[in-house]
Amino acid sequence: MPVPKVPDKGSVTRRGFAVLRVAVWEEPWVFALSVAASMLYGAMTVADGWALGWATDHVIRPALERGDTTFGAIAALVSLFLGIAILRAIGVIGRRIGAGVMQFRLQATYRRRVTRQYQKLPLEWHHQHPTGQLLSNANADVESIWFVIAPLPMAIGVLAMLAFATVAMFMADVWLALVGCLVFPLVFVANVIFQRILQPLATRAQQLRADVSEVAHESFDGALVVKTLGREAAETERFRAPTYALRDANIAVNKARGMFDPVIDALPRVGVLIVLLVGVGRVRSGAADAGDVVQVAFLFTLIGFPIRALGWVLGELPRSVVGWDRVQRVLTADGGMEYGEQRLTTTAAARLDVSGLRFGYLPGRDVLNGMDFAVEPGRTVAVVGPTGAGKSTMTTLLTRLVDPEEGSVQIDGTDLRELARGELAGSVALVAQTAFLFDDSIRGNITLGGDYTDDDIWEALRIAQGDGFVKALPEGLDTKVGERGTTLSGGQRQRIALARALVRRPRLLILDDATSAVDPQVEARILAGLRAVVHEDAGAATTVLVIAYRKATISLADEVLFLDEGRITAQGTHTELQETSAAYRDLVDAYEKDAERRQEEDLDEVSA
Amino acid sequence: MSAGEATRLDHGDDAGGLATLRQGLRISPELAQGWLVTALLALTMTGGRIVIPIAVQQTIDKGLSGPGGPDMSFVAWMCAVCAAGILVTAGASYLTTVRLAVNSERGLATMRLKAFRHVHDLPVLTQSTERRGALVSRVTSDVDTVSQFLQFGGFIFLVSIGQMLLATVVMFVYSWQLALVVLICFLPLFASLRALQRRMSDAYGVVRSKVGEMLSAIAEPVVGAQVVRAYSIEGRTQARIDGSVDDYRRTATSAQTLTGITFSIGGLAAGLANAGVLTAGVLLGVDGQATLGEILAFMFLVALFSDPVQIATQVLTDAQSAFAGWRRVLGVIATPADVVDPGESGVTQARGPITVEFADVDFAYPDGDLVLRDVDVQLQPHRRVAVVGETGSGKTTFAKLLTRLMDPTSGAVLLDGVDAREISFASLRERVVMVPQDGYLFDASLAENVRFGRPEVTDAELLAAFESLGLTDWLESLPDGLNSPVGQRGESLSAGERQLVALARANIADPDLLVLDEATSAVDPGTEVRVNAALERLMTGRTSVTIAHRLSTAEAADEVLVFDNGEIVERGPHAELVAAGGVYSRLHQSWIAQRSAL
Repeated sequence: MPVPKVPDKGSVTRRGFAVLRVAVWEEPWVFALSVAASMLYGAMTVADGWALGWATDHVIRPALERGDTTFGAIAALVSLFLGIAILRAIGVIGRRIGAGVMQFRLQATYRRRVTRQYQKLPLEWHHQHPTGQLLSNANADVESIWFVIAPLPMAIGVLAMLAFATVAMFMADVWLALVGCLVFPLVFVANVIFQRILQPLATRAQQLRADVSEVAHESFDGALVVKTLGREAAETERFRAPTYALRDANIAVNKARGMFDPVIDALPRVGVLIVLLVGVGRVRSGAADAGDVVQVAFLFTLIGFPIRALGWVLGELPRSVVGWDRVQRVLTADGGMEYGEQRLTTTAAARLDVSGLRFGYLPGRDVLNGMDFAVEPGRTVAVVGPTGAGKSTMTTLLTRLVDPEEGSVQIDGTDLRELARGELAGSVALVAQTAFLFDDSIRGNITLGGDYTDDDIWEALRIAQGDGFVKALPEGLDTKVGERGTTLSGGQRQRIALARALVRRPRLLILDDATSAVDPQVEARILAGLRAVVHEDAGAATTVLVIAYRKATISLADEVLFLDEGRITAQGTHTELQETSAAYRDLVDAYEKDAERRQEEDLDEVSA
Repeated sequence: MSAGEATRLDHGDDAGGLATLRQGLRISPELAQGWLVTALLALTMTGGRIVIPIAVQQTIDKGLSGPGGPDMSFVAWMCAVCAAGILVTAGASYLTTVRLAVNSERGLATMRLKAFRHVHDLPVLTQSTERRGALVSRVTSDVDTVSQFLQFGGFIFLVSIGQMLLATVVMFVYSWQLALVVLICFLPLFASLRALQRRMSDAYGVVRSKVGEMLSAIAEPVVGAQVVRAYSIEGRTQARIDGSVDDYRRTATSAQTLTGITFSIGGLAAGLANAGVLTAGVLLGVDGQATLGEILAFMFLVALFSDPVQIATQVLTDAQSAFAGWRRVLGVIATPADVVDPGESGVTQARGPITVEFADVDFAYPDGDLVLRDVDVQLQPHRRVAVVGETGSGKTTFAKLLTRLMDPTSGAVLLDGVDAREISFASLRERVVMVPQDGYLFDASLAENVRFGRPEVTDAELLAAFESLGLTDWLESLPDGLNSPVGQRGESLSAGERQLVALARANIADPDLLVLDEATSAVDPGTEVRVNAALERLMTGRTSVTIAHRLSTAEAADEVLVFDNGEIVERGPHAELVAAGGVYSRLHQSWIAQRSAL
C-alpha cells in the first residue's frame, strides 16, 4: 500500500483525517491492537450497564421482594461484575499502552526523519532558518502532530461503545433509547463546537508562549550588554508585553473551558433526569421494568465522560495539521548537496585552485565576486583583508560547507562537487573563528569519534598549546566540557578546536583567525609549533591557509593573499605586497605607523 | 521504625510544599485573592454530582414503588428540583474555573516578571556560568507548568476532593454498612496509591531527563552544523540523536504503561466495590435494612468515588512537578543579587569629568582565592588609561569592579569620591559604560541596536555617531544602511563588524567614563587603529579605561596599569615602563616581535 497523501488544501478536518491515515499506515499493527483493546473496553462499559439492569430485575428485586436469596444468585452477581471489571481493565491497559506505543513510535520516527534531513540540507538552508525554529520543528512540532494519537484508540472504542449502547437501549425500551439518541448526539455536537472554539484560543496561547520564550532567550543572551547599559528596567518592560498577552490568552482559554465544561457535564445528567421521568411513565404503562430504567440511566453516567474522547480527537486535529505542515516544510525542502564519485588518494600536501568564485548571502550583495587564486602543495599562505571583506565566507566555500554561485574550488585538480561524500573531510580541516565544542569529553571533542591514540591526541594538544591546561583538569582528557564548552575559557576552547584539526594530520589546514582569544605569547608558541610541524614533517607535509591580521602570523607564511571587497587584489610575498599594495601596507603596518605617529607627536610636544 | 521514618520524610516533603506555597503567595499575592469564595463555589459545583445518585434512589424507592404505583407527579417535581440543582452547579462551575484562571494567571504573570527582572539583577558570574537555557526555562516552561497545574490539576484536585467527601457522606447517610463495604474494597488501592504515585513520578522524572538529553542531541547538528559538516561526522551525530530519541521513546512508553496500569487498578477497585455493594446490599435488603433504590444509588456513588481516586495518582504526579517548577522559579527570585541598585535612595551624580579611585580593593570569587589583591589606585579625569597583563592577571575583574558589574570583597570603588554602591543605577549607568569583548546584538535593525542604551536618539544622531568613528564608509557598504537587519545574535555581520556596532552603541550612550574590554579584538589592524584614534578624540574631556590585549592601545595611553597575579605591579606612561625593564617591557617586547616579525 502506498503512503497515504495529505492534501495541501481542503478543510482542516479532511486534512487531519489524512494525517491520521498516515499514522495508521505507519503503525498498522499497534493501531489494530489498541483499537481491539479499546473496543473490548467499550463493550465492557456497556455490559456494565446491562449487568446492572439484569441484576436489578433478576437478582436484587426478586430477592428483596421475596426476602430471600440464593448462593447461586450472589455468585452469579459477583462473577458477572468482577468478570466485566477484569475484561474492562484489560481493555483499558491494552488501549493505553497501545496508544502510548503508537504515539511515541511515530514521534521517534519523525524526529529521526527531520534530523536526517537537517544533516542533508545545505548550510545555506540552515542560515535561512532561525535555530529556535529548527529545534522546535524537531521537537514541539513533531510532538504536536502525534498528540492526537493518545485519544484516538479511545475515541474509536467510544464509537463502538455508542453502537453497543444504542443496541442495548433499544433492547431495553424504545422510548428510553430515543432519549439516548437525543442526548448523545447533543453531547457530541457540544464537544465539537467547544473544541472548535477552544482550538484557536489554545493555538494563540501556544504562539504567545513561544514569544515569551523568544524575548527571554534574547534578553538573557545579551545580559551583559543589558547590564552595562543599565537597561534592566527597559528589558523588563519589553518582556511585560508578551507576558501579559499570554496571561490574557490563558484566561481566554479558561473562560471558554469554563463555559463549555459545565454544559458538557450537565447534558448527560439532564439526560438521566429525562430517562427517569420517561422511565416512570413507561413502567407505569407496563412497557418497561425498573431494571431497564436503571440500566439506561447507568449507561448515561458511564458514557458521559468517555464520549469526550471524540471531542479530544477532533479538537487535536487542527494542531496536528499545523505540526504536520511545519514538519513537511523541512522534510520536503530541496537542496541537499549532490556528491560525486571521486576519491582523493594521495597522502601528500594538497593543491588548491580557486577560480571565478562568486557567492552572496543576500540577493544583490555579493560577498565574494570573482575570486581567483592557487596554492601550491606544501605552501603556507596567509589571507589578509579588512573587516567584512569576505574572509570567513571564503573558508566555508573552500571546505564546501556551501557551494559557489559561480566558479569552482578544486583540490588536487578535482572540483569539490565531484568528490564522494565525506571525502573532503579526510583531507581538509577547518578551524573556525568561534570554536564550537560539543557537550562531550575533551577527548571526544578532539577525536569526534575518530580512531586516534592518546599519544596522537596529546601531540595535537601540545602543538595547540593545550596540553598544559588539559593535564591540570581533574579528569584530564575525560573531563566533560559542558554544553558548548561553557566550562572552558574562550582561549581554551580555541586550543581544543585547533587540536581537533591537528590530530587529523590534514593535507590542507585552514585557520580562520583561530587564535584570536589566546594570549599573544601563547599564540606565538602555537605558531612556532605549527611551523615546525609543517616544515619538518616533509613526508606528510601540509598545505596551510591562515587568515591573519598580525605580522607574527603572516611571518609563518610563504605567500600572502590580500582580500578586499570579495576578491584577491594582490598576491605575493609579504615584502612584495608591501611594495605593490597600498591597501595592504595600510592594514598590516597600522600598528607600527600608529606607534611612529605617536612618537612624532610626542617629539613635537617635547620640542614645543 | 520504618513507619516513623516514612512520617518524617513525608513531613519534610509537606513542609517543603508549605514553605513553597507561603513563599509563592508572598511573590504573587493575587493567587490568594478571594480564595474562600472560590472554595465555596467549588464545593457547590461538586454538590451537583451528588444529585444524580439521589434522584435515582428517590425515583426507585418513592417514584416507582410508591404506595399508589409509579408516582408521575412526584418524579416530575423531583426532576425539576434536580434540574435546578444541576443549573446552579453549572453556574458555580463556570465561576470557579474563571476565578481560578484569572487569579492564577495574574499571580503567575507577576511572578514571571519578577523572576525575569531578577535574572538581569543576578551577578554577572551567575549569569555566565549558569546555563543560559536553564535561566530561560525559569521564566518560561517552569512557570507554564505551574500555570497548567493550577488550572487543570488544581481544579480537578479541588473537585475530586469535594466529590469524594460528598459521596462518602451520602453513602453513610444511606447505609453505613454498604459505605464500609465500599471503603474496604478501595482500601488496597488507597494503600498502594502512594507507592504507585512514587513510581510514576520516578518514571516521569526519567522521562524529563531523557527529553533534556534528546534536545541537546538534536541541537548538535543545528547549532554546530558547521563543525559537523566540516569534519563529516554526520554519521556519529545521527547515531547519537537516534540513541537519545529511542531512549526517550522507551522511557515515555514505559511511563505511559505505568499510568495505564494505575488507571486500570482504579477500574478494578470500582468493579470489586460494585460486586461487594450488590452482594452486601442483597443480603442487607433481604433483612430489610436496605432499599432497592439505595443499593442502586450506591452503584452511582461508587462511580463518583472511583473516578477521583484514579485521577489522583496523575494529579499528584503533576503536582510534584508543578511544585518543583515553582520552587525553581522562586529559587531564582531568592538568589541574592549581590550588586544591588540603591534606587531612589541612591546618590544621583552630576555629569562631567570623573575621578575613579580604588581604595584597598580585594576581590575573590565565591569559594575561590583572591583574584585582585590590595588594588589602590586613583585615575584622574581626562586620562586615557590602558590596563595590560596576561590572561588571569585580574585585568577583566578590574574592569568589572570599575563598572560595578561586581562589588569588591573588601575595600571600595569610589567615583568622584562616592562609593559606587551608593550611586543609583540610573546615574551610574549613564556615567559609566563598558563595551565588552562580545558586543551582543539583538535580532533587530542596526539602528535599534545602536540606540539600545538611549531609545530617544534620532537617525541623524546615529549617522553622526558612525561618522565620528570613521565608519561611514562601512555603514554605506551595507545594503540598507542603518535599517539593515543584523540577524540572530548579529550573525549577519562578521565578528569584527559586530564590535564596530558595539562601539557605536557606546558612543551614542555618551558616558563620562568609557571602559573597553578588548572591544576591538576581532577588527583588522587598520580599522582598529582608525577607530581607536577616533575614540581618543571622542574621549577628550572624559576618562577612558581600555583593557588591552594588543599593546598598540597601551602605547597610545596616558598611563598604563600593569597587572600581574592580581596586583598592580607597574604603573606609568608607556615609555617609562618600557625603559624600566619590568613585566611591561617583557610584554611589550613580545608584542613588538608579533607586530613586526618579518
